[in-house]
Amino acid sequence: MLDVVNLSHTYGTGPKAHHALGGIDLRVAEGELVCVVGPSGAGKSTLLRSIAGLLTPTGGQIRVNDTEVAGTPGDLAVVFQDYSRSLFPWVTVGDNVALPLRRRGKDKAARRAAAAEALAEVGLSGAAGKYPWELSGGMQQRVAIARALAYRPALLLMDEPFGSVDAQTREDLEDLVLKVRDHHRMTVLLITHDIDESVYLGDRVVVLTKAPATIAGELKVDLPSPRDQIATREHPAFVHLRAEVGRLVRGRDEHAPARP
Amino acid sequence: MRGRRLARGAAGVAGFMIIAEVAGRTGLIDPSVVPYMSTVLVEAVRLPADPQFAEGLGKTLMIWGTSLLISLLVAVPLGLLLGSLPRADLAARPLVEFLRPIPSIALVPLVTLVVPFVDTIKIIVVVFAATWPLLINTMYGLREVDPVAKETLRSFGFGRMSVLARVSLPSTAPFVMTGLRLASSVAFIVTVSTELLSGGISGIGVFMITAGASLRTDLIMAAILWTGALGLVANALLVGLQRQAFRWHAMKAVGG
Repeated sequence: MLDVVNLSHTYGTGPKAHHALGGIDLRVAEGELVCVVGPSGAGKSTLLRSIAGLLTPTGGQIRVNDTEVAGTPGDLAVVFQDYSRSLFPWVTVGDNVALPLRRRGKDKAARRAAAAEALAEVGLSGAAGKYPWELSGGMQQRVAIARALAYRPALLLMDEPFGSVDAQTREDLEDLVLKVRDHHRMTVLLITHDIDESVYLGDRVVVLTKAPATIAGELKVDLPSPRDQIATREHPAFVHLRAEVGRLVRGRDEHAPARP
Repeated sequence: MRGRRLARGAAGVAGFMIIAEVAGRTGLIDPSVVPYMSTVLVEAVRLPADPQFAEGLGKTLMIWGTSLLISLLVAVPLGLLLGSLPRADLAARPLVEFLRPIPSIALVPLVTLVVPFVDTIKIIVVVFAATWPLLINTMYGLREVDPVAKETLRSFGFGRMSVLARVSLPSTAPFVMTGLRLASSVAFIVTVSTELLSGGISGIGVFMITAGASLRTDLIMAAILWTGALGLVANALLVGLQRQAFRWHAMKAVGG
């Protein structure tokens, strides 16, 4: 469904140039949930922004359903880490969710109905008339997820979606993502720096090296479904996988202790 | 809370007036030079019944309102254009920085020679003064639009114009409103100033000149009271409108 071929990107030119991506090959199958992990500053966000068409990579190709895309594919949704900046404070929660559906050619009533349905799905049935800033952080991120859901994207991109919420909310939101993606058989590419989260959520975990990022390795996650915050995390396979991912993130050849 | 603030303010005004009255009555201020405060107040209450003042008031409000509307229609689109085209902004900046500090009243002699209609002269000068705060605030507001909000809409496949209309404009609107408040008070000051300078058939400033010609200090001061009150009311109305329409802006700033 998504093919990233030899993608590279350099910010700026000359001696100040920052070589963020150094040739990434990545494939996401229809209905798959792939987590991308890597050390901070590894170019994870650059990868996501390239796929979303928010920046033009300096090299390589992005193909969606075997068609090369330049710019925004138009059939994807992005959930950003910074929900408070991503939601529009001047309109209600319901209108926030309904707005992107204009691109789907739906009339007002259909947009409103789809928004209400998506909000119910994330557990915010009564919130359509509220404003984003009247909600807690976790609820705001639920709204952002509902907005992406209502759009029914072929591909859902999530950029550190739970990086700004507390631990309990984070677990709730992780389970919410698993639930809605099971329900809609969505294709999801999720970026995180949290190793446990990548193993808990992913069908597959792709690990990036530090910049210029390349693929350090990838692991198939074979954990019983449905996942459970307590049982899955104490499963021997989970413990083993997170250790493997951890090694990849740190770098196989480095025997030095973890970087601060 | 609000009632108490209002009461304090009213007490301050009353206190000032009582001191002024006492200063007149005790001979501290010569009443033949500056009239009693009570006399001024009585005249101020009577003024709306004076046909010359009433007509002048209407004319002043007309010049003020028309100029503010024209400034809004000129400055906001121009600000949006300059704010979204960095190259145009760079080209226009030296000109803007040169024109902006020119006291608008200094244009009166020139405009008077070029334009034969006194109302038009006034409107041109007031528009010149009121355009700057609106233009600068619009450009500033556009620069402050959150890139994450814009990228969100772009990622859904919306084009440049949609992002402008659905993110940049609503996000800039509170800044335009602040510009409008500043422009409103500047426009009022300049309106009355042009009336004092250019004269004309009617206007609060024209009324003051006429009153001055017959040495009616009490009438001049009563008219001054009216200008102060008008400025106060206009600002209060705009602040109320801003609170109502852009509650989200204040709430977001608080970090809700």
